[in-house]
Amino acid sequence: MANKGAHIITLIKKDLLLEIRQQYTFYGVLLYVASTIFVVYLSMGEPEPAVWNALFWVIQLFVCVNAVAKSFLQDNKGRMLYYYSIAGARDFILSKLIFNALLMMLMSLLSLFIFMLLLGNPILYLVQFIGLSFLGGIGLSFIFTFLAAIAAKAQQQAALMAIMGFPIIIPQLLLLGRIAKASFSPILQAGLWQMVLLLVGLDILIVLLAIILFPFLWKD
Amino acid sequence: MLKNWWKILCFLLLIYVSVMGFLVKVPVLDGRLQQSVRNLFFHVPMWFGMMILLSVSVFYAIKYLRNPKPVYDHYAAEFARGGIVFGFLGIVTGAIWANYQWGSPWSGDPKQNGAAIALLIYMAYFVLRGSMTDIDKRSRISAVYNVFAFAMLFPTLWILPRLTESLHPGGQGSEGNPALNPNDSTPEMTMLFWPAVIGWTLLAVWITTLRIRLQLLTDKQLEHE
Repeated sequence: MANKGAHIITLIKKDLLLEIRQQYTFYGVLLYVASTIFVVYLSMGEPEPAVWNALFWVIQLFVCVNAVAKSFLQDNKGRMLYYYSIAGARDFILSKLIFNALLMMLMSLLSLFIFMLLLGNPILYLVQFIGLSFLGGIGLSFIFTFLAAIAAKAQQQAALMAIMGFPIIIPQLLLLGRIAKASFSPILQAGLWQMVLLLVGLDILIVLLAIILFPFLWKD
Repeated sequence: MLKNWWKILCFLLLIYVSVMGFLVKVPVLDGRLQQSVRNLFFHVPMWFGMMILLSVSVFYAIKYLRNPKPVYDHYAAEFARGGIVFGFLGIVTGAIWANYQWGSPWSGDPKQNGAAIALLIYMAYFVLRGSMTDIDKRSRISAVYNVFAFAMLFPTLWILPRLTESLHPGGQGSEGNPALNPNDSTPEMTMLFWPAVIGWTLLAVWITTLRIRLQLLTDKQLEHE
């Protein structure tokens, strides 16, 4: 078990190191976030809370697609085989899931900051909203990491990711949007914790499925 | 003959449902609903059909992953196709009814949205299948996606609509399950509803098995060429 943990940590370190050396994903996505939000700001100024909320989650979705899509592309086939032989498929997918979740948490925080800077701040409960955007970012990154693995196998990255991912992600986005509404008004919604638990449950389900199903994707 | 008893059962049940569905006494619940409550025998069984077929599809996808035989892949793909057809029929029968009852064929109700998402997910399944030419790889990767999509879809389809307000029964603040409010039903209607569910589901399975046979025969022909 300790050995497994060491494998995963090493793989995450590898991804992190690649990221720091190339600085490609991070700045690429950062620029993407900033310019998208700037376009929104130019076209609508400071929107209503409901619109703000909807825009925030939609932009999170696109940020996630862009940040995560690359995660199975930067390594070529020979290197993948190498990882597979030294670490095993399960460690590999777990390291990708954790790395992308961390990346997405950072991105959520940054885009929240740019949102508040440009589009105004309608949030009443900031800490809760940050927590929710972390939870949402983790959920999105889990789903898209797994779909990126599928799409990488099908060799048609971007288009397939959108076709497969967007219908699957709708229920989660609906849940997130609905929970997030609670941060904009002082009235507490009924069934809020139920929805948060459902979201956490879904995240756990995705991780379990990824661990079970990923080895089948890898067998070539 | 003995092997096909379920096809005869399906035929008899659907004759029974199609005749009695229009004759059975239904309670007049309010001025609007009147006789249109009979849609219960035609609209709701479509969803049962869809969910059962999609579940069977996932079952065969898992079977394929455990033991990669091409037959299982055909089963998974064709049951998913049948599920889509029945989901589409469910949306259409619901939309015709809703046009008279709710004033418009589509009102963005949580269950309507859920059904539309389900159809999109399974259409994506066929796009994914179409994007790969290598048969082994196509079978394996689409089986993985099938299991993943099913696990993502159905919890939300079963849980989410119950948490929100809905025009359908079974939403927040209204009684019953997503199919029907039990207070609106009579024992005679229940006696007709379950045969309808079984009959329509058997029809869905029948159509699907025909398509599977066609696929298997096409495979055989390709082998001989």
